[in-house]
Amino acid sequence: MIEVLIDYWPKLLDGMSMTLKLTFISVVIAGLLSLPLAILRRSKNKAFQWPIRLFVSFFRGTPLLAQLFLIYYGSGQFREELTDLGVWWFFRDPFYCALFTFALNSTAYQLEILRGGLQAVPYGEIEAGVALGMPRTLLYRKIILPHTYRIALPALGNEIILMLKGSAIASVITLLDVMGHTRRVFSQTFDISVYFWAALIYLMITTLFVFAWRLLEKRLTRHMCYPVNSKLPAPKALNTPKETCHVN
Amino acid sequence: MSTNLQSEPALHVEELHKSFGDIKVLKGVSLTAKKHDVISIIGSSGSGKSTFLRCMNLLEFPNAGRIRVHGEQLDLSQGVEQGNSKNRQNQIERIRSRLGMVFQSFNLWSHMSVLENVMLGPCTVLKRNRDSVEVQAKALLSRVGMLEKCHMYPDHLSGGQKQRVAIARALAMEPDVMLFDEPTSALDPELVNEVLLVIRELAEEGRTMIMVTHEMRFARDVSSHVVYLHQGKIEEQGPPEQLFNAPQSEHLQRFLSTQY
Repeated sequence: MIEVLIDYWPKLLDGMSMTLKLTFISVVIAGLLSLPLAILRRSKNKAFQWPIRLFVSFFRGTPLLAQLFLIYYGSGQFREELTDLGVWWFFRDPFYCALFTFALNSTAYQLEILRGGLQAVPYGEIEAGVALGMPRTLLYRKIILPHTYRIALPALGNEIILMLKGSAIASVITLLDVMGHTRRVFSQTFDISVYFWAALIYLMITTLFVFAWRLLEKRLTRHMCYPVNSKLPAPKALNTPKETCHVN
Repeated sequence: MSTNLQSEPALHVEELHKSFGDIKVLKGVSLTAKKHDVISIIGSSGSGKSTFLRCMNLLEFPNAGRIRVHGEQLDLSQGVEQGNSKNRQNQIERIRSRLGMVFQSFNLWSHMSVLENVMLGPCTVLKRNRDSVEVQAKALLSRVGMLEKCHMYPDHLSGGQKQRVAIARALAMEPDVMLFDEPTSALDPELVNEVLLVIRELAEEGRTMIMVTHEMRFARDVSSHVVYLHQGKIEEQGPPEQLFNAPQSEHLQRFLSTQY
């Protein structure tokens, strides 16, 4: 069982870097796109609202695999047009196709998460800013967005984990991520335990991620924790600093 | 110009009308606050007093009327649509920054410390220098008795403490007029006094203030002028002795008899 790991660990490591690259880049692109879209989605203007609603329901309502096939194989049908547009180099590359699909898919999910976050910002706190004469951009920067991201953080972490695991789908369009390399190794050795090692790699990445994300959450929600150094008595059961936070 | 501003009332609102859908909440209310006036607005719930106050700094947009702050006139008859132009938006923000609002539910920014809450407005809206704002903010916090809590977050404070911080936050903008929207209504009875004490001190040092309140005794003590609002109109107004001791209108008589 361990032999396959000893023989093929460079391949799995290589796959790991591909998986991380795919996930990281698409999640970051989605993170940049989702905020302005979420704000537009909440505008009263139907011309903004409807296209975004359509986009979200398509990407949330269809399987990621189908979306990936549609973009990777589907773009082949329009090769001439895409060449004319000068973007064929992008769509002929499975890596870019996967990146494109994952980014759009994650945008749809993150957009909905942020929309919920924007909706949940305490209205009185916005009003307090308005009453001080703050212009809109300042309101967003100082009050609305800090709240939104704190509210959305756990759900965003969840979405990133789902994306990480979902990225295994990229292996079916010839990309050699963890799953791609694993399938290849299996077809060469017929050693089923390589899948076990692959699972372990995914588990390791998610565990580390969850740990890091929790640190971030704690840092950003420290205003909701019991003040450790104050005179306010912390409840007995929650006495250790590690456990003094409401959010876990 | 400066002599002009001296004689100019701090806040002047004229013929404000406001409806929510079919319900007419304000039916032409006017009010003038001269410098150093302390005006209390009283009335039963639903009389429109909170809406009136919120219309003054345009948290609610009046359907018609005129507002004049610090010599600057805002004509509201042109409606909300035109409120989207950049110039008008700037004017509205300028007017708001001159009226300090204290809310019933405090509305402190929960993700910022007490000190940051007080400093944010002057630093960003007025673009003042951070160091001088910090000195001023600490002085204000010590005046409301909250200096030693300045690094705590609002969630760790009692209601009375939060409201005192909210008052300091409004004062930090150095407003022409302070507006109080039922500042003690959300407080436990034993916390009401610490907030009233702060407001009383502000009145005594000659700040121009308009407050909506249910604290009749307090209104009578500190106000220079009392306005009784009934069903969206001013039914009676005058100095507190006159209004509380010899109310003319039947509604006010009945209202006061339920208060004591």
